[in-house]
Amino acid sequence: MSDPMQEIRASFFIECEELLEALHDGLEAMSDGAADGETINIVFRAVHSIKGGAGAFSLDQLVGFAHKFENALDAVRAGTLSVDDGLVRLFFKCGDILSDLVRASRDDEPLDTAITDPVIAELLEVTGDVGGDEEAAEEVDFAPTALSLDLDDIGGLAGADDAMADLALPDDLPPLDIAGEPDPDEAAEQETTYRIVFSPEPELYAGGNEPLFLFRLLQELGKVESSVEATATLPALDELQPNAALLTWTLTLVTNADVSAVEEVFEFVDGLCGLSIEPLSDDRPEHPGEESGLPAAETTTPIEAATATPSDPLPADPPGTSQPAPAGDAGEETEDPRPAAASGAKPVAKSATVRVDLERIDRLVNLVGELVINQAMLAQSVATAGLPSNSPVSSGLDEFQHLTRNIQESVMMIRAQPVKSLFQRMGRIVREASTATGKDARLVTDGEATEIDKTVIERLSDPLTHMIRNAVDHGLETGEQRVAAGKPERGTVRLSAAHRSGRVVIEVADDGGGINRARVQSIAEEKGLIAPGQSLADQEIDNLLFLPGFSTAAEVSNLSGRGVGMDVVKSSISALGGRISITSTPGRGTCFSISLPLTLAVLDGMVVGVEDETMVVPLNAIAETLTLSETDIRPLGPQTRVVLVRDAFVPLLDLGAELGYRAPRADYVGSIALLISQEDGSRAALVVDQIEDQRQVVIKGLQDSYGHVPGVAAATILGDGQIALILDPADLIANASGKSAPETALQKAG
Amino acid sequence: MDTITQDAPQDGKDRNEEVELLSFRIGEHEYSVDIMSVREIRGWTRATSLPRSPHYVHGVINLRGTVLPVVDLARRLGLEAEEPSERSVIIVVDLEGRTVGVRVDAVSDILSIPRGEMQPPPEMLNDDTERFVRGLIVIEDRMVRVLHLEAVLPPGTEAAA
Repeated sequence: MSDPMQEIRASFFIECEELLEALHDGLEAMSDGAADGETINIVFRAVHSIKGGAGAFSLDQLVGFAHKFENALDAVRAGTLSVDDGLVRLFFKCGDILSDLVRASRDDEPLDTAITDPVIAELLEVTGDVGGDEEAAEEVDFAPTALSLDLDDIGGLAGADDAMADLALPDDLPPLDIAGEPDPDEAAEQETTYRIVFSPEPELYAGGNEPLFLFRLLQELGKVESSVEATATLPALDELQPNAALLTWTLTLVTNADVSAVEEVFEFVDGLCGLSIEPLSDDRPEHPGEESGLPAAETTTPIEAATATPSDPLPADPPGTSQPAPAGDAGEETEDPRPAAASGAKPVAKSATVRVDLERIDRLVNLVGELVINQAMLAQSVATAGLPSNSPVSSGLDEFQHLTRNIQESVMMIRAQPVKSLFQRMGRIVREASTATGKDARLVTDGEATEIDKTVIERLSDPLTHMIRNAVDHGLETGEQRVAAGKPERGTVRLSAAHRSGRVVIEVADDGGGINRARVQSIAEEKGLIAPGQSLADQEIDNLLFLPGFSTAAEVSNLSGRGVGMDVVKSSISALGGRISITSTPGRGTCFSISLPLTLAVLDGMVVGVEDETMVVPLNAIAETLTLSETDIRPLGPQTRVVLVRDAFVPLLDLGAELGYRAPRADYVGSIALLISQEDGSRAALVVDQIEDQRQVVIKGLQDSYGHVPGVAAATILGDGQIALILDPADLIANASGKSAPETALQKAG
Repeated sequence: MDTITQDAPQDGKDRNEEVELLSFRIGEHEYSVDIMSVREIRGWTRATSLPRSPHYVHGVINLRGTVLPVVDLARRLGLEAEEPSERSVIIVVDLEGRTVGVRVDAVSDILSIPRGEMQPPPEMLNDDTERFVRGLIVIEDRMVRVLHLEAVLPPGTEAAA
């Protein structure tokens, strides 16, 4: 990342993501019927800013598409195009393609035109009748065109200090192209001549802007003639500042574009230069020198002032200049268009944010993890030293513990992000799925501001996508069926997130027909997943969906049922320390509920001893602890036992034997057991040797260094510096149940 | 990067180029590894055993906050294994981005030998140790085996999952 251009490019793409988010927000608002000027302006600005930035990096495909999208939005803004459902849907599609293009441009992989072309065609169809000048603007490429300069004016330029010319004009100035000038005779009657006085401030150059590019853009609008002169008295050559802005251009533009198009060219340097654009009744270029060199803040053009009010319905409302802003603010707007978009274009106090490399945060998270471990070690040595609990050392240590916990929580909050961006992507999945299945569906989201760890959000994307597709494809009925059932034709998929008792719960619910349990069971029987003729509880049947190799779709549809089923979803959720469960009501719909830990870095656990090993059991998995009495334990098979817990039998699992640390005991009377309760309601009694402590532990992954260990989720470092394994009770029980646990252990022992 | 891996079979390489090896002892046997893959040497600490792991995996230890798997080299090579003692040594090696500890009895020396003096191991079928040995060197009448680290280490994440 040493290349500054690369960095600027990278930050452009980060901004694009923000702009796309704002764009989707706006479209969302439009689809809810809020197609007022402000909303459209937000959408327009987002597209426009992406186009502007993309132009600077010559991302032609992106620029071309954004431009067409912008035209359509402009037509809406101008009132020549009215907003209806179809148009909003088209805009959504455009937004999706724009996101694709942004990503494709970022990765330097051109997007297949087969994807973009149909949408472009649709766009052109709706904007086609807007106006003739639109066609001229359809130019996809912003290929560098030679700047046409009047030779006389160059003479004038040469009259100035030669050094000046070098300062103001780039080295790669293309050869003057006189032949390329459009023939003035061809000019249509409606052509207007504008006189543009353009005097850059030093900030313009400092911001990386380049007058030449502006002139090139102008040239695309029509015939340009220019003359240049010194803005102020030139200092002597040896006092000349290389970065000073000393030149003023007077440009004469003959064009049939309207004034807003001309202003648009200068949009990104608004406030960084003295600018006046005046239509001339006379075609003759004039060069009155007295206006050049006015201070930036005072040179608002009369036209701009007239159209400055945002609510003004004038079609000529110039983009990006909806508020007459002082020079400084306008410059800021160019750099960061987000606040306007995010706050509904109402100027509000900006919340100060900093972009930080994720790696740095991770380093901080790791260090804080070390701190927590260190604090535990310190506490242990203080305890070993036998210091009384009221000694200053002990109370200082308590304070220290408190602080560490606070630091840890704050650091974790840095990593947390709202789920909004994730949910927005799901909107697209619903749109695509509803097109592919021909079912009319909409996504309703709730709790978008809920924050979860960034890694969790990233890794939720795939499972959620799959679940959303499933909801539309399998969950929702067809339109006719829905109408017949007395439901609105349009199906709803509800995606919600909420914090619930220290975990994040994400729900995907559809208002479809619910799970067809008879069919699920028969399919499971067909596929040999369960024995035929079993009588299963509703909950058990629902959970069959999570079995590997289960797919309910009668025929494999294009959308879901590609062999990756809910079992993959379940395992990716489990990998995040989460649990998934289903509730379904026939005729009313199905709801998948994912419960996730807030963070992947710490965990509240119970420290237990098994043989010589110390292990940690996640606290959220433990329902209660039991001391087994003789009447509680009943034999089941030759090597299996069950425990009676309040009139219910739960399987007894010996942790030491399950993990192969020892042979199962002959007798479990008096043993301590943890009653493990899982999301799906299944339970097991896990026998441990002793319970040592209950505390927060820092999770250290095992996957990277060693690989997956069955029944083990991760590792942690205890106060004495020893590593303790963190159990994955669900995995442990899943691997133990079915086969009798003691038998496996006996084989190991023998 | 293990220079031996790349260059040993190529006779065209500069045979006089010096290779530095860290030699260590397992029982009566002397082995060595390329010093470039050694990250550090540390004393023995009790390892937390991993359930259902291969018999030659001791378990994991805490290496300044990271979880480090430790392999018992004697058991891995099928040699008579002593129980780890206070005097056992863990050589921490870096291999293709993975960091793994290898338990040996004692570290003996750093050898600097010209590349050309390393001999390929004789081909003996039915001998498992052959795939663990990359080459042989003779130093003062002692034979030192050059260990094939990749073969010794436990399967990575892909294989285990």
